[in-house]
Amino acid sequence: MKALVFLEHHEHAIAPGSLGVLTRAAALDPDVAAVLVGDDQLAPVAAEAGRHGAATVFTVVDAYPSPIAGPRIDVLSELVTSHGFDTILFSNSVLAADVAAGLAARLDAGINWDLVDLEVRDGEPIGKQPMLQDSVLAEVGWRSPQRVALFRPGSFAPVPSVTEREPVVESLVVAFAEHTMAARITERTLRADEGPALADADVIVAGGIGVGSEDGFALVEQLAAALGGAVGATRAAVYKGWYPASAQIGQTGTTVAPKLYVALGISGAVQHKVGMQSSKTIIAVNKDPNAPIFEFSDLAVVGDVHTVVPELVALLRKHAG
Amino acid sequence: MKIAVCVKHVPTGTLRMQPASGTLDRSGPGELNATDRNALEEALRLKEGGDAEVVVVTMGPAAATESLRTGLGMGADRALLVDDDAVVGSDLVATSLVLSRVLERESPDLVLFGQQTSDGGGAVLWAAVAERMQQPFVSQATKLALGDGVVTVERETEVGTDTIEARLPAVVAVSDAINEPRYTSLKGMMGAKKKPLETLSASDLGLAADAVGAAGSRTVVLSTGTPPARAGAVTIEDDAGAAQAILDYLTERDLV
Amino acid sequence: MSRPADFRPEVARDRFVVAPSDPVDERIEVGVLVVGGGPAGLACAIRFGQLLEERPDVAERLGDVPLAIVEKGKQVGSHLLSGAVIRPGALQRLFDGHGGLDDMPTYGPVAKEQVYLLTHDRAVPIPTPPPMRNHGNVVVSLSHLGRWLAERAESAGAMLLPETPAVRLLVEDGRVVGVRTGDKGRGQHGEELANFEPGSDLVARVTILAEGTQGHLTTTALDHFDLRGNAAPQVWELGVKEVWKVARPLDRVIHTMGWPLRPQAKYREFGGSFIYPLGDDLVSIGMVLGLDYRDPNLNPHDLLQVLKTHPTVRAILEGGERVEWGAKTIPGGGFHALPRRLHAPGVLLCGDGVGMVNVPTLKGVHYAVESGRLAAEAAFAAVSEATDDAPVSERTLASYDDAVRASFIWDELHEVRDLRQVFTHGFFLGGALGMVNTVTKGRVCIGSPTTEPDDDCPLLPVGRPQPPITHDGVLTFDRLSSVFASGNKTRDDQPNHLLVRTRVAPDVAELWANLCPAQVYTAGPVGDDGLAEVEVAPSNCVQCGAISARGGRLTPPEGGSGPEYWQT
Repeated sequence: MKALVFLEHHEHAIAPGSLGVLTRAAALDPDVAAVLVGDDQLAPVAAEAGRHGAATVFTVVDAYPSPIAGPRIDVLSELVTSHGFDTILFSNSVLAADVAAGLAARLDAGINWDLVDLEVRDGEPIGKQPMLQDSVLAEVGWRSPQRVALFRPGSFAPVPSVTEREPVVESLVVAFAEHTMAARITERTLRADEGPALADADVIVAGGIGVGSEDGFALVEQLAAALGGAVGATRAAVYKGWYPASAQIGQTGTTVAPKLYVALGISGAVQHKVGMQSSKTIIAVNKDPNAPIFEFSDLAVVGDVHTVVPELVALLRKHAG
Repeated sequence: MKIAVCVKHVPTGTLRMQPASGTLDRSGPGELNATDRNALEEALRLKEGGDAEVVVVTMGPAAATESLRTGLGMGADRALLVDDDAVVGSDLVATSLVLSRVLERESPDLVLFGQQTSDGGGAVLWAAVAERMQQPFVSQATKLALGDGVVTVERETEVGTDTIEARLPAVVAVSDAINEPRYTSLKGMMGAKKKPLETLSASDLGLAADAVGAAGSRTVVLSTGTPPARAGAVTIEDDAGAAQAILDYLTERDLV
Repeated sequence: MSRPADFRPEVARDRFVVAPSDPVDERIEVGVLVVGGGPAGLACAIRFGQLLEERPDVAERLGDVPLAIVEKGKQVGSHLLSGAVIRPGALQRLFDGHGGLDDMPTYGPVAKEQVYLLTHDRAVPIPTPPPMRNHGNVVVSLSHLGRWLAERAESAGAMLLPETPAVRLLVEDGRVVGVRTGDKGRGQHGEELANFEPGSDLVARVTILAEGTQGHLTTTALDHFDLRGNAAPQVWELGVKEVWKVARPLDRVIHTMGWPLRPQAKYREFGGSFIYPLGDDLVSIGMVLGLDYRDPNLNPHDLLQVLKTHPTVRAILEGGERVEWGAKTIPGGGFHALPRRLHAPGVLLCGDGVGMVNVPTLKGVHYAVESGRLAAEAAFAAVSEATDDAPVSERTLASYDDAVRASFIWDELHEVRDLRQVFTHGFFLGGALGMVNTVTKGRVCIGSPTTEPDDDCPLLPVGRPQPPITHDGVLTFDRLSSVFASGNKTRDDQPNHLLVRTRVAPDVAELWANLCPAQVYTAGPVGDDGLAEVEVAPSNCVQCGAISARGGRLTPPEGGSGPEYWQT
């Protein structure tokens, strides 16, 4: 396997998902290369990639000041063609998904997406792909000379390499295609720090009937604030009018997959489960030891939300200093 | 102005696998994919705001006609179905080939996709289709406006809001936040039965049978199984120490 | 001991009857309108299409759309659920000379059958009572059958309009002139949302109500035109069923009686179960319970769950997986409860809606098909003789009643007319009396066949969950999991379509909370007035109709809501 990892960065900080994929790729291919597209100040960013296992880092000056998919397809297809990479790996994002799919079409290469792991078996890369709301885990493969792999964010933790080697940094000039230049970002507004939107949040604290009342949702909000997360609610809580419908998570609400999901007073009916079971870590607090939510929680706390949460909020505040 | 909306006929109700092939069981009833309704709604609003022909396009079995009829009922003018045994089992890249051929035949000014599919398939299809047609594309659109030879799109990303301008013809994938799709009126539903619906085969599109379908696919499902249960679930039953235990758990895993 | 009937919602008699309100040129006009895409309505459409084929002149006069079917479910079949072992005769007659039944989706004829009397740990085989014998009958999924009939109906020229509930009966000058279809896009408090789409006046020369059990406009028409006459009140059973993918094929059709129902007469637990093979890898299993039962703590959903834990039943399902769940009421009043008239000016009533079900044989699909076929013939006769100036003649529509009375529907229902009633004596006694009744072909009926409406029956609170159960998520499931398995994903912010009082006697609240197999109702705290609060979660509703039998009223929610059955 000759692997190339697409590194997404914002203001020169590499996205943790990209570093995680790089970490995994480096474990499978010690000569893994990575690519950074941006301005002409990418050297320190390349060094960071080296610390996470990249043997070679290609840096390319972008077609436009703000990142858009088209030019990146040109960069990657150029690298694949000129250097013979056979496996191109991405951590999913709005940008990366577009680049990955466009690249697959350009190369007529297979693309597997929403992968949570990659192994090499008898020299063949095999992807692990959850299906049907994560009730099934499939093993998927490629049948093309080049393989495009798009990973679910948070699949791998970024781990700095023990070898601490300096990567070979190669800057590259790519000729951009006419059609990829035909879309550009004219304005970019960074999100003000008002807390993340539910679907994009890394941390979600959600409340159910066990929260007890509309006022009880203050606890949910406090914990969400302390963890820097968004607030969610079950259908039953929304139905009671305790929280707005826009916060509803589940079959008839939003589907989420944050890194941390804290379920407060939520029984875990299947209608809720299908909207949040892909969360990386699930912590549930519920008085009922038989609540179904405990069957798919990583940390099951049998206890009263009204006792546990205020204490936890206080501890978190102290912890944050 | 011609707008093509690519739609998908997805299974209703509980999704099931066919154990033998590891693919989705599509033998049951299906319906128009939810976010595709947003894409069609956006096309219909553009049509109502100016003058456009709206064509709904899909690839699928004869049953997909139902979803096309839904689209026609909502207000699309025409429908195209690629229904051919040869295209069954196409993966994303093979599907993008079929769709790009249909679209090239239609040469619309704007192609719209829905951003998500409820059956998990084809989630990034638009980019592959656009690339095959050598057209610019934009995804996650939450606002869309047509200008002189350009489409201007607003979209949400992980870090904020982008405004993107793309030259026409272009491909745009819309998010479900872009609008509230209309219901089909009774008159619309009845009128849909009379609107043109054309069925095409792979050879109508100049596609060899081995370029599409399972033969033309570049990915394969090797096996399916049950995902491992959440490993090492921890239970705390002591109210008094619970908060501290949660904090310790979060700290150990670098979640705070 | 409260009676649910004392807490019926206030529903003005003609609340669902209106005159057309759309301007004349905006009304949607069809020749014949069928309400409900089930076996009755589809058979009606198919027969009507056959008749039209022979008379293009009539087709011409009926305009662009000679016949339309409105169906409230997402698709035809979405709300169809039955056992089902059916008698194919009526379908054979319908398609005789019109393509036959060769491609009809069935799981084949019944090869073997067995009836068991269950105790909690034993299954005693008993001889199959004559009405339950199934020789020559075939096993089907009614949802599949409906989809197949819908294709046939479309090829016969019918226009199918799914996701379209009929919510008001349009009556003008004492005649039914069509229906008003439901609004779409209303919020929880009835407000118009951004994508609000108002319903339409759908007008027709003849309207055929084929809505099935607890039909909304059927009930409306029966009341408005006093069609019941001196008929006994209709009563219902509730059927709860599951479809299982099984590890081993089941080789026979099974019915059970007894456990987990309690035999004591005071509980009035009338019912039993069915277990049918659907080919080699699927099994359909269901529990049917008379809705005049008295213990408010009885949970019909859980009766089926607990039934599956019986050693004999568990052995069939073990290693398998539940793939679908659903529930529906069955009219059980039989002959005595049939309305005295099945027509009124401009309208005909068919199938389950008017109670054409044979409870002892557990069958009604063939009556639905036959009544739909007969309704098509009467409607066709009426529209072919009518002129543009004169409406269809009521006398011609009345020929439908005559045809039904002359058909096997009438004969067969008459023969078994007293069977359900004797079961209120308790299973053992009632069963024995029923046998006497059956072997004498209905001529001897011991005991007095009186029926009262299901909601008139006083409750008998026992005060503990019945049946006791814990749900393991493998063999037995809780109700919300079951609702999920029905495919229901109804929009939560719709107006409440269930007419129920929300302050009722505590035992009535308890009854509803346990009765509803979809967990729509929750009994809240009891207030100073001695009444309990009832919380309603209408988006769980699978439109089974049980609440209508026990003191509430189901009306159709927004089109496309409710379950999305596939193999039920």
